[in-house]
Amino acid sequence: MSPETSVVLAFAIPLAGAVLIAATGSLPNLREAVTLATGAALLFVVASLVPEVLAGARPSVDLVEWVPGIQLRFTVEPLGMIFAGVAALLWPVNSLYSIGYMRGNGESHQTRFYVFFAIAIAAAIGVAFAGNLLTLFVFYEALTLSTYPLVTHKGTEDAKRGGRAYLGILMTTSIGLLFFAIVWTWQATGTTEFTEGGILSGHLEGAQVGLLLFLFMFGIGKAAIMPVHRWLPAAMVAPTPVSALLHAVAVVKAGVFSVVKVLVYVFGFELLQAEPSTRWLLYAAGFTVIAASVVALRIALEQGNLKRMLAYSTISQLSYIVLSAAIFVPISAAGAGLHIVAHAFGKITLFFAAGSIYTAAHKTEIGQLKGIGRRMPWTMGAFAIGALSMIGLPPAGGFVSKWYILLGAFEADQFLVMGILVVSTLLNAAYFVPIVYMAFFMEEEAPIGGNGDSRGHGEAPLPIVMALSATAVLTVLLFFFPDVPLALAHAFTGGGP
Amino acid sequence: MSAHLPVLQVLVPLLAAPLCAILRNGRAAWAVAMVASWTSLWIAIQLLTLVLANGTISYELGGWAAPWGIEYRIDTVNAFVLLIVSMIAAVVTPYALKSIEREVEASRVALFYAAFMLCLTGLLGITITGDVFNVFVFLEISSLSAYALIAIGQNRKALTAAYQYLIMGSVGATFIVIGIGMMYVMTGSLNMADLSVLLPQVSSSRTIPVAFAFLTVGISLKLALFPLHLWLPNAYTYAPSTVTVFIASTATKVAVYMLLRFFFTIFGPAFSFDVMQLDRVLLPLALVAIFSMSLVAIFQTNIKRMMAYSSVAQIGYMILGISMASVTGLTAGILHMFNHAMMKGALFMALGCVMYRVGSVHIDSMRGLGKRMPWTMAAFVMGGLSLIGVPLTVGFVSKWYLIQGALEKGWWPVAALVLLTSLMAVVYIWRVVEAAYFQEFPGDDDGELREAPLAMLVPTWALVLINLYFGIDASLTAGVAGAAARSLLGVGP
Repeated sequence: MSPETSVVLAFAIPLAGAVLIAATGSLPNLREAVTLATGAALLFVVASLVPEVLAGARPSVDLVEWVPGIQLRFTVEPLGMIFAGVAALLWPVNSLYSIGYMRGNGESHQTRFYVFFAIAIAAAIGVAFAGNLLTLFVFYEALTLSTYPLVTHKGTEDAKRGGRAYLGILMTTSIGLLFFAIVWTWQATGTTEFTEGGILSGHLEGAQVGLLLFLFMFGIGKAAIMPVHRWLPAAMVAPTPVSALLHAVAVVKAGVFSVVKVLVYVFGFELLQAEPSTRWLLYAAGFTVIAASVVALRIALEQGNLKRMLAYSTISQLSYIVLSAAIFVPISAAGAGLHIVAHAFGKITLFFAAGSIYTAAHKTEIGQLKGIGRRMPWTMGAFAIGALSMIGLPPAGGFVSKWYILLGAFEADQFLVMGILVVSTLLNAAYFVPIVYMAFFMEEEAPIGGNGDSRGHGEAPLPIVMALSATAVLTVLLFFFPDVPLALAHAFTGGGP
Repeated sequence: MSAHLPVLQVLVPLLAAPLCAILRNGRAAWAVAMVASWTSLWIAIQLLTLVLANGTISYELGGWAAPWGIEYRIDTVNAFVLLIVSMIAAVVTPYALKSIEREVEASRVALFYAAFMLCLTGLLGITITGDVFNVFVFLEISSLSAYALIAIGQNRKALTAAYQYLIMGSVGATFIVIGIGMMYVMTGSLNMADLSVLLPQVSSSRTIPVAFAFLTVGISLKLALFPLHLWLPNAYTYAPSTVTVFIASTATKVAVYMLLRFFFTIFGPAFSFDVMQLDRVLLPLALVAIFSMSLVAIFQTNIKRMMAYSSVAQIGYMILGISMASVTGLTAGILHMFNHAMMKGALFMALGCVMYRVGSVHIDSMRGLGKRMPWTMAAFVMGGLSLIGVPLTVGFVSKWYLIQGALEKGWWPVAALVLLTSLMAVVYIWRVVEAAYFQEFPGDDDGELREAPLAMLVPTWALVLINLYFGIDASLTAGVAGAAARSLLGVGP
């Protein structure tokens, strides 16, 4: 199987899966088997590409000539490989979890759910492998639209309102700003291809660079740089597996992935360093890191909704990635690439835990979690590991990526970035540690005025426990064996291992 | 045979019309219309292929040499428009069978197909001819039959809508014939190619600018350029569904083609834009149309009317592209003629399916249809996405060229306005999506309401798929539109 075939297959497999899932909709067991088999096949194909890319191959496939002069094109480069790898690795795990969750909660329209899920994965692969800005934009929009039915899955008034914010913010930014930026780039340079060293150098200068950067960074609303972050908490009306994979992995990572890709392959670090009009990105990302952490802390202190707190934690962590890329030096960009992986593993574990608690105990608020660790040791154990990764402590993957971001900040003498990292680490600890403490060391409260219907619950269904244990293990494994993603991240920035 | 293709393009539907009227039987008339419209499509494809391969085709009607006889002259521009018109006709005719049986009285069905064929004849004739008076003749054929088509429905408001259209359409046609007459007085010629040579010699006179002004107003009325669009919303809303699909997708496009032909080929871009400064008239009107009509569309409760206002805004996009008078801008304008025909065709067809089953296209009667009529509503959503300009649909290709054209000119606010109005399209499309998918079906839950018949769904989805196909691989449509734009501006191939 040539690498080119694998690239096309990686995109086609989830789409074919979607068709098969729709066709087997009336037989739930077969349908779920199809989902899992598709996930496994995708993982196999994507994994087969990793050694090729590490060896220096950049397989490229032209799908079709879109308009004269612009191709819809897939080109696999290391950063895209990282993103595709994460999505392909976590999709089967997430499917396992979905089966437990959707059945455990008796959700309706499960076929529709799995179909759009598969389409969303295909779109994410399309984003990862996009060879030029136009292809990226195509699949970026496809990802927004295919996840809309997932976000609004419950069909309630709340879901409709959340869906409006989701679609409204993401499409306003993408059509209004990102599309504009892409046409401008095409008009200025005559190309939209991702090229090492960037394509804009020599075509734009001065404030124009800063303005175009503004259009790109806020146009990519999925990266959730404040103030275009509101869609993310709004999307938490979705069933938890959607929040987990899409809003910890596919959608948000498509956002920061696009950000890093645009910075490296469209602008190029040399241009960005030379133009003072690009400095604002550092401050915008830094502000988002701190502000989102403060909001998350407030939610934790008010003992509010757990998923909402995780959403703000995600916003803060996404801006880590933007922040480290915005230092504009290779080593921190490698850290950004690695953090895409680390955060994905950690955050999906946390979301899995939140959904597990909801399925087993029907609890959604932080204040209800006292003593729950004794009833659900696996779930809360995994939660603790995910929290460690968010804070950035060993032995979790988040430590490694944070280390590289710090190295980059040292190299570029960015003391502001170091300060932001220290403060946000403390804030992260301040809202995650108390939850873990409450869960394991406080006494369970008797349900208020209840007849004890929430008592007596144990762990969540087995598929859920298996899935969240797997991602927790991955989080730890990333700390001990970060070699493959690290090698890809270095290859992406052109530096040595 | 192939030498006579140009005249057959017009002759086939023209002969089909009386045949339909004589047959009297609705089904038989429909069969005739089917044969005629699909033959037209075949001829249009042949002609476009020939033009792309060998260049402009000139056909002398009855063997009389131009400029004395009538010449049919086909280049890339009108070959493309012929394809748009005949393609829509070929897709609409199979759709018409069920829809017209429901919406038109049985005794009039055969007459409907006769008028339909006449309208098709007129539109194809305007497009293919190289003679300005012939344009007027075909314009009258298409307009008069269109008034009849609109009035033939059972909705009594259709009568006033048709009357309104009749008055404004006649004013427009009169203006056009006055303009043509003035040109004839000054040059003694009615042949387009001939006129383009003769006009510059007399363009310093006062008559020619006046003729230009009459033609501008007359054509603008026909293509429903804001603020001359007042006939359009009622006509689209109250006409039978099939008629709305056909007229909305073709009539205004042909009028836009007339504008291109008169101002680029006959008067020439130098006279139209440098001397008469046509862009100073068209650009502001296009911008106002795009913005105000998108805004008005948001507040409509009748979805057909909403789409009608959206059409006026979309015509604004075409005129915006044309008023740039650059290759990219014209490409955008010409391309959007095709793309808009396909997307609005699909949308109005989906609405026709709703009309067929529910009997109304009010937003309240679309509640819960997502579950009841999944294929119809999915087609509507796809058409809507194309209208918004989501990637992989034709609408996105249009927007791409339009914004590129605006940026080339340095018109930043214009580019921003185009994007803003795309977002307004999200708002008015999503109102329908939320009604169809998030609200409960108001009637009894007895499962009476079913999906539209296959004979209507298949043509609807054919247009939806065309929207997707030419959104993914636009090299053909964008290539032809680009070639047409270059030939109109007289720059290299």
